[in-house]
Order: sequence, then structure tokens, then C-alpha cells
Amino acid sequence: MHHLRSCLKRYRTEAILSPLFKLLEAAMELLVPLVVAKIVDVGIAGGDRAYILHACLLLGAFGLMGLLFALTAQYFAAKAAVGVSADLRERLFAKMQSFSFSQIDEMGAPSMLTRMTSDVQQVQTGVNMTLRLLLRSPIVVFGATAMAFAVDAQAALVFVALIPLLALAVYGVMAACLPRYRRVQERLDGVYLSARENLVGARVLRAFRKEEDEVQAFDRKTEGLLAAQTRVGAIAAVTNPLTFLLVNLAAVVLIFWGGLRVDAGAIGQGDVLALYGYLSLILVELVKLANLIVTVTKAVTCANRVGAVLDASGERETVLPRGEREEGAHVVFEHVGFTYAGGGAPALSDVNVSVRRGQTVGVLGGTGSGKSTLVDLLPRFYEATEGRVLLGGEDVRSIPVRELRQRVGYVPQKVALFRGTIRSNLRWGKPDCTDAEMERALRIAQAEDVAAAKGGTEGAVEQEGRNFSGGQRQRLTIARAVVRDPEVLILDDSSSALDYATDARLRQALAALDCTVFVVSQRASSVRRADVIVVLDEGRVAGVGTHEELERGCGVYREILASQTEASS
Amino acid sequence: MRRREVMREIARVIRPHAHFIVFTVLFAVAVVAGQLLAPFFAGQAIDGIAAGDGGATARSLWALGISAGGAALFQWLLSLANNALAYRVLRDVRREAFRKIGTLPLKYIDSRPYGDVSGVVVSDAEQFAEGLLLGATQLFTGVLTIAGVLGIMLAVRWEIALVVFCITPLSFFAARFIASRTYRTVKRQAELRADETAFADEMISNLKVVKAFTREEENERIFREKNEALRQVSLRAVFFSSTTNPVTRFVNSLVYAAVAFAGALFVIATGGVFTVGQLGSFLSYANQYTRPFNEISEVVAEFQNALACAGRIFALSREEDEPSDRGNRSLGAAKGDVSLRSVRFGYGEKLLFDGLDAEVKAGMRVALVGPTGCGKTTLVNLLMRFYDVSGGEVCVDGEDVRALTRESLRRNIGMVLQETWIKTGTVRENLCLGREDCTEEEMIAAAKAARAHAFIERLPKGYDTVIDDEGSLSQGQKQLLCIARVMVCRPPMLILDEATSNIDTRTERAVQEAFAELMRGRTCFVVAHRLSTVRSCDRILVMRDGRIVERGTHEELLRLGGFYAELYRAQFAGQ
Repeated sequence: MHHLRSCLKRYRTEAILSPLFKLLEAAMELLVPLVVAKIVDVGIAGGDRAYILHACLLLGAFGLMGLLFALTAQYFAAKAAVGVSADLRERLFAKMQSFSFSQIDEMGAPSMLTRMTSDVQQVQTGVNMTLRLLLRSPIVVFGATAMAFAVDAQAALVFVALIPLLALAVYGVMAACLPRYRRVQERLDGVYLSARENLVGARVLRAFRKEEDEVQAFDRKTEGLLAAQTRVGAIAAVTNPLTFLLVNLAAVVLIFWGGLRVDAGAIGQGDVLALYGYLSLILVELVKLANLIVTVTKAVTCANRVGAVLDASGERETVLPRGEREEGAHVVFEHVGFTYAGGGAPALSDVNVSVRRGQTVGVLGGTGSGKSTLVDLLPRFYEATEGRVLLGGEDVRSIPVRELRQRVGYVPQKVALFRGTIRSNLRWGKPDCTDAEMERALRIAQAEDVAAAKGGTEGAVEQEGRNFSGGQRQRLTIARAVVRDPEVLILDDSSSALDYATDARLRQALAALDCTVFVVSQRASSVRRADVIVVLDEGRVAGVGTHEELERGCGVYREILASQTEASS
Repeated sequence: MRRREVMREIARVIRPHAHFIVFTVLFAVAVVAGQLLAPFFAGQAIDGIAAGDGGATARSLWALGISAGGAALFQWLLSLANNALAYRVLRDVRREAFRKIGTLPLKYIDSRPYGDVSGVVVSDAEQFAEGLLLGATQLFTGVLTIAGVLGIMLAVRWEIALVVFCITPLSFFAARFIASRTYRTVKRQAELRADETAFADEMISNLKVVKAFTREEENERIFREKNEALRQVSLRAVFFSSTTNPVTRFVNSLVYAAVAFAGALFVIATGGVFTVGQLGSFLSYANQYTRPFNEISEVVAEFQNALACAGRIFALSREEDEPSDRGNRSLGAAKGDVSLRSVRFGYGEKLLFDGLDAEVKAGMRVALVGPTGCGKTTLVNLLMRFYDVSGGEVCVDGEDVRALTRESLRRNIGMVLQETWIKTGTVRENLCLGREDCTEEEMIAAAKAARAHAFIERLPKGYDTVIDDEGSLSQGQKQLLCIARVMVCRPPMLILDEATSNIDTRTERAVQEAFAELMRGRTCFVVAHRLSTVRSCDRILVMRDGRIVERGTHEELLRLGGFYAELYRAQFAGQ
């Protein structure tokens, strides 16, 4: 909630003016019963028609002024609410971009997006309503009480007794409903999951003949949802009747007591009418308040979900102080171990590799052997949980993260291109790159024909690069990394969709660059000519060396070779 | 779907719970009566004070208390009845839609985004039930209140009723006017919001790439621009739509002033026949009176939406089911002969197969080979009866699969697809999906054979770890689970559609050994990308453009020097 407050601070003026104008509007309404009392006690009692006409014109004028005040208040409320939601979205977007890879894994893109869209929308509605109504309601309730005191202090004591009772009733219902609403939401999520699974997994579920079981499970879920909805509905439905009853009981007491006061000559009949008018005013306001409370509770839940994201501390710029440069190889993995957050066994343990500048390193291994994890440690996508990774003689945790990543060109396993043009995508690699640099990068990535086919670098790229084939997309993502002119280039299984000839030309072109290249692959042929090959097996290094060395000394490598070359023999 | 049909369907789903409607109507009448009588009795009591008649005042106060108590009680009961109706209809509609999902042909499911159909089950159903049923009650009580107020006013002082009757529609028109003015801004707001969301979606979904390329600042700049545009339009949209209430309140205050004026004059003119107390009740009515008008205009808008939702729900439930297999024979334990006879099939107008023939003897291992789109996976669809042929027949043990129950057919076939899918649940539940009665030993043996045991053990809770389709398992790991899942069942026929495409070659080899053991004596169809997987099969069917162009063993086909030999060379040229 403190994020909400700090966003609201920017709209302090609006957030103050809006309730203030609401107050004025309420004041206009609060004056009405007084005027009515005068109509009765002066106009009617004295048979003064002109007085009545003037009083009623006054009522109309109060209405008009109320309208103007209200419109002003609505405007300021809208401005503050819309501003807060825009600020929240901006902060959320920035915060999410600062998340570390572990945090991204943990939260997942769909959840982040929901928070930025529907949750923030709910908060906007909540803020808007709160500024407009949540303050108006107490103003009317307390204002009516104050006016009642002005009419008759003794009779007004009824109001004083009534208000805490009303507050208690509204609060009690709300407190009882909140946790139950959450349960309804959980059950609803379950219903949604079932529906989705039976669409996405239709083939598998039908192949395993689970249709009946799924229907039964769904029936149980909907029955549970019905029960939860019925329970919370029954409690929430108490609010309106209860407030209605309380206010009317207060009316009974008020009129009875007021009657005694009239008999005693302390007040007039019109005053009783005015007091009753104030009670009606409170009632009408409370009905609105009850409806509002649902909106506000939802908004609070959403604000908390948004807050949870904003509270998370993003990636740190550096973890260690920047020290002296150590002499030695360009990239060094020193007793490196890594365990994913919440993962059972380590994904990597005791990896020792050292690479000179300009060398090509092949990282080879089976599914889940830790290949991607190993290269992800270098640009600090993840931080080693044991040992250290050095780039140019410095622990990567001591290099500011932006600088570190600018020195690394990265080609992800999952190809990601962005809406725009080939040019705009290449500029991801280097924002100010020249045409010559782009052409060079495309040439190295064997992607000149890809660009040419779209009429050059201005060729359009659709979302996810859907208008390119798998191999074309891979080559463009390689060009995007190459255009940075990086110190280290990481290719994470990123030539899998290329045919062998193109793959070979690509490797040749990359070898000519003055940068250290990491090639992650399942194919032995892709790494065969690398200067160093690291063979991983279930998170451990099974061997490090050249093709020839490994062929002699590494059993796992020989097995991999055999499983792949056998096919072509 | 025409509106009349939608209404008929709505009536159908409500009918089982119609008794709640009776309660709703009765309670609503009681509520409105109580709410309108309360101010009436309050007015009487105030008159009693003026007359100095303590007994009359006391009686009126009792009546006020009772009518308020009654109104409160019935209002609560009304909500209960109303919720009971809405939530029960909601449950029923969801169940009906869900059952439909289970019987829809895969053709329907494949041709639509999943979100469209699951949206019907979740949000459309909800908007329909809550919008229509809760809205209907609101509408009904609203109309009753308006009628009641006018009725009482007419009975007591018809002239004042007439004044009220003339002024109120103003608020209705004002609301309509504002809504029509707001429409364009709201639409523009929706467009800008969609644009911003699309940008955020693209960047957040690829956040790792964003970070790898230190693109954060540039993204923030773009986002800020879009956000600023949205903020400005949103301000107008939100403000315009929030002007309705103040305007209505203003009209309300005009009504109030008019009632006060006319009422006060009548008190004077009638010399107290129209009493001050009655004037008080009239003013109180005037306060309650415009609210229903507002609600009605909101409800009408909601109705349109609810009807649109209902239209989608019932369009789904009217979709044609898969052809029923009631009365079909149940296939016992199949021997495993499979034959395709002059099979004709296409997904759309265009035929993919036009007279496809193949004969597979029990226990044979058959490989399907060919370029993308040649129809390999389609054969799987036909054999599992996910789709039905449009001509010819697919037979198992000499019987047309369309004459067998799907249940018994599928029980006899194990399937591993390239597109892995994991059900949300524990690893154990997933492995035992096809055979819930399998023992712990059988399950672990299958997991070991599929080379999945080792990584399962490394999951936080081993076999009891809850996993799902989108979670942290890699494609390869998911595929190993899918293989283990079939190994638990050990059916007489197997379909392996690119079953090892996501697994590295070394693990694949180990898994292949397990398959070889599993496939012994079983009819097996293998669709594979890697020809190495294919070589050991008894028979290779080479497909091209929906036809089988070559058939034979690996060696025979290589000798033939045809399309297969060409594919084989292309695949391994570089190695």
C-alpha cells in the first residue's frame, strides 16, 4: 500500500481537492433538511406562499451548486486515479525489467502481465471511487449528525448511538467476507484450469480415456465453487438489510423522543421532520457505501498484488566491490556450482574451465546436463551459488551488470525477434550501429539473403518474427548479437534449425572474429572443431579438451559421438 | 444464433431452478412494500406528534419498526434466493459447457484459440448468470419501487405525483446523452490500452532477451510514451463516464424542490388534509425515487452484454458432438493388425489423402517417413479416431474403427506425441494417468526405463512434486515423462510421433532400448525426423503429398535409390 501512497503523493493537490469539493457538494445536501424545516415551521405555519417559493428556489440552487461542485470533484478524482494507475504501470514495467532471471522464472510472464493490466485497472477504479465516495460517505454521515446537533442537541444523541453501530455492522460484514472472497477466487482458478487443460490436453486426456474422470473432477470443483459463493453471498447480503433496519429503528427512537421534545415545546414539528430527513440522508449514503466497499476490497487485494512486485528488490548492479584485475585467461570458471532457487539437486557442480581470448568453446551434453546454465552464469543471468566466474580477470559479480552485458553478445535458445523492422531488431544489439556494421553482421550470421528477401534492413518483422522461418529467425538473432561487436559471444543451441552447410559456414565466419565464442549444442558435429570442448553430464564436467583429446580420454564424449555418427554410417 | 433461440435456451437452463424465481418475485414485492411503507408510517408518526396524539404516534412507530424489520428480513431472503438461482444456473451452464468440451470433435478444438473456449466456460458463463439474473432482480425491484412510489403518491395526492412524473425522465435522458458522448473516448482508450498491453506483453514475455541486450532504458522510454498517451485519454474517458451520477443527483434535487414546493402549497391549500407528515414521506420518496432509474439504465446495458455472452455459451453447447459410439462393439485385447483401405481425408476442402492403402500385421514396426506436411501425423489422428475418415476405412483386427467404441480402441493404443503435454498434478498422477491401479514398483520401473527416474528424484519432492505444463520442466524432461506414462500402460499398439524429438541423442539411445523392449511383439507406428530411429523398423512407409510413394525396409529403399534415398542423403550430408 505504501507504493500507492507514494504514487498518490504526486497527485496530492487533486487528492485533496476532490474530497474537498465532495465536502462542498455534501454540504449543499446537508442544508436541504434545514430549509425543509423552515418551510414547515415558517412557510406552512404562517401560510406564507412567497416564503415557500423562495425556499424551494433555494433548494434548486443548492442542487445546481451541488452539481458544479460534484463535477469538479469527479474531475480531480479521475485525474488522480488515472495518474496513479499510469504511474503504477510505469513503475511496474521498470521494476519487472530490473528482475533477475530467477525472479522472472519464479513469477512468470502471464502473472506479471495480469498485474500490470487488470490489477492496476482495479486499483484505478478503487482510487477513483475512494476519492469520490469513500470520503463523501463519512462526510455526509458526520455532517448529518452535526446538523442534527444544530437542530436539537438532545435528539441528536440518537445519531451518536447509531453511527458506531453502523460502522460495526459494515466492518463486521466486510471482515467476514474478505477471506471468503479469496476462497471463491481460488476455486474459480481451479475451474479455469480444468477447462483449459481439457482443451490443451484434449488428445492426451482422450487417449488415456480420462473424459469421465475429468467431468467428475469438474463437477466437484463447480459444486465447491457454488458452496463458497453461496456462503460469501449470504454474508455479504446482510449489509443492506442490516443498515436499513438500524437506520429505521433509529427513526423510531428519534420520532418518539422528538415527540416528547415537541410536547415540551423545545422544538417544532418541522425540526422533527428535518431530523428524520437527516436519517434518510444517512441511509441513502450507506447503500452506496456498501456497494463501494466491494469495489474497494477488490482494489486493496489488487494493490497488494501490485505491491508485492514493487517490493521485490530487482537485480543488483554489482554484488562484490570492484577489485584489481587478475592476470590470467579471458574467461575462467573456478569451482563453479549452481542450484536453481527451489531446485533440489545442483544443476552444476565444481566446473573448472579456463578460456583464452579469441578461442571457441564448445559446450556439449544431453538434455538437462546444465549446458545453458553454464553459459548463463557469464553475463550474470544467474549468479553462481559456489565458486566464481571471471571475465577479463574480474569476477562477473563485481562488474556493473549493464557494462558486463554490453560486453557479451547472446543468442538465446528460444528465438525472440520483436515487432518492427530488421533494422530495429539489429539496433537491439547496438543502438547507434551504421549500415556498414549491419551488413557485416548479417554477412557473418549468413543472413544476407534473409534481409535481401525482405527488401533489405527496412523489411518488416512481425511479432515473434512469425514472417520468417525457424532458420531465418536464428540467423537474424545471431546477427543481432554479432552487431554488438562483443568480447564474448554466446550461442545457446542457436543453429539447430540451420542445415549443415550453413552451420559450417557460420562457424567458420565466427572463428575469424576477435571474440571468445561459446557454442552450446547437442550435436557433436557443431562443436567438433572448437578449441576447447566442455562435456557436461548431469551437471558435472565429464571432460574438457579438444576433439582428439576427448575422443581418447572421455567416455561420455565417445558415447555421444557414437549415438550421432552411427546414424550416418 | 437468433435472439429468440437464445431466450429459449436461457429458459431451458433456468427451468430446473424456477422455484427460486417465484421466491424472488414474492420477496421483492415484500421488500419494496416494506421500504415504501416505512417513510409512510414515519410521516404518520410525525403527524401524531403535531396532533398531540401519543397513542397514534406509538401505533405508527410500531408499524414503522415492523415494516422496516420486514423489509430487512425479506431483502436478505431475496438476496439468498437470487444468489441461489444465479449461482446454480452458473454451475449448470459451466458443467454443460465442460461436458461439451469432452465430446467436441478435435477438429473444433484444433481450429480455435484455447482461450476462446475456456473464456466461455469461465467469464462468459459468469457474466451471463450474474448480469442477467442479478440484473433482472435489480430491474424488477427498480420498476416495483417506481410504480410503488407513484402509486402511493397518486393515492394520496395525485397532483404531486404528476409533477414528479414529468421531471424524472430528465435524468434518464441525461444519462443516455452522456453515454453516447463518452462512447468514442472510451473506444479510443481501449485501443491505446491494447497497444500498450501488446508492447508490454512482447517485452515481458522476452524479458531475458531484453536484459541480455541491456535494452531496459529504451523500453522504458517507449513505454512511458505510450503510457502518457493512454493517461490523457483515460482521464477524459473516466471523467466523462463519471458525470452521470452528479447529473442524476441534480435532477433528483429538482424533483425534491418541486415536491417540497407543491407539497407545502397543498398543506396550506387543503388546510391540513394533506399533512406535514405526508409531505415528509413524499420528500423521502423523492430521495429514493431516481436511483432505480439510474440502475435501470445500467442494467439494460448489462443485459445486452449478458445476452451476447449467453449467445456464445449456447452456440458452444449447440456445436455438433463427435459421432456417438453408442451401440458400437468394444474391442477387447487387440491382436494388433491395422489396415488402411482407400482412405480419403482432408482437414478442409482440400483432400490430404485420396485413396491411401496400407496393411500392417500384428507385431510389426512401421516407420512413417516424409517431409513436413505430408500427412504423417494425420495418420495418428485417424488411428486414434481424433478425426474420422471421409472415405474408405481404417481397421484394427479387421474391424472398422468407427464400429468400435473409442474407449476400447484407445485403451489398446499407447501414444507419445512430439507436443508434450503434462497435466497439473504430481509426477505420480501424471505417470499413472493411463492406469491408476499401477503399483509403485511398476511406476518406478517405467520411469527408469524412460530415463526419467534420475531427474524426478532431483525434483524438490521427487514423485510427489506438483508439476504443470508451463512450469520449470524442460521440453526434454516433459517428453521423458510422456514416454514413462505410456510405459506404465504397456498397450498392444504404440504410436510414437516424434516421441524423442526433444531429447539429446545419448539419452534417446537409452530410451530407444527401452522402447525396443516395450515394442517387442507389439504393433508400432514410428513417426520420426531422425532417420537413425527409423532404420531398425520392419517396414518403412515413405510419404509425400498424402500418398505412400515407397515402402520397404531401410536397405531395400536405399537400393531403390528413390525419394527415401534422397531424403536420407540430404539429412546426413554434413556429418
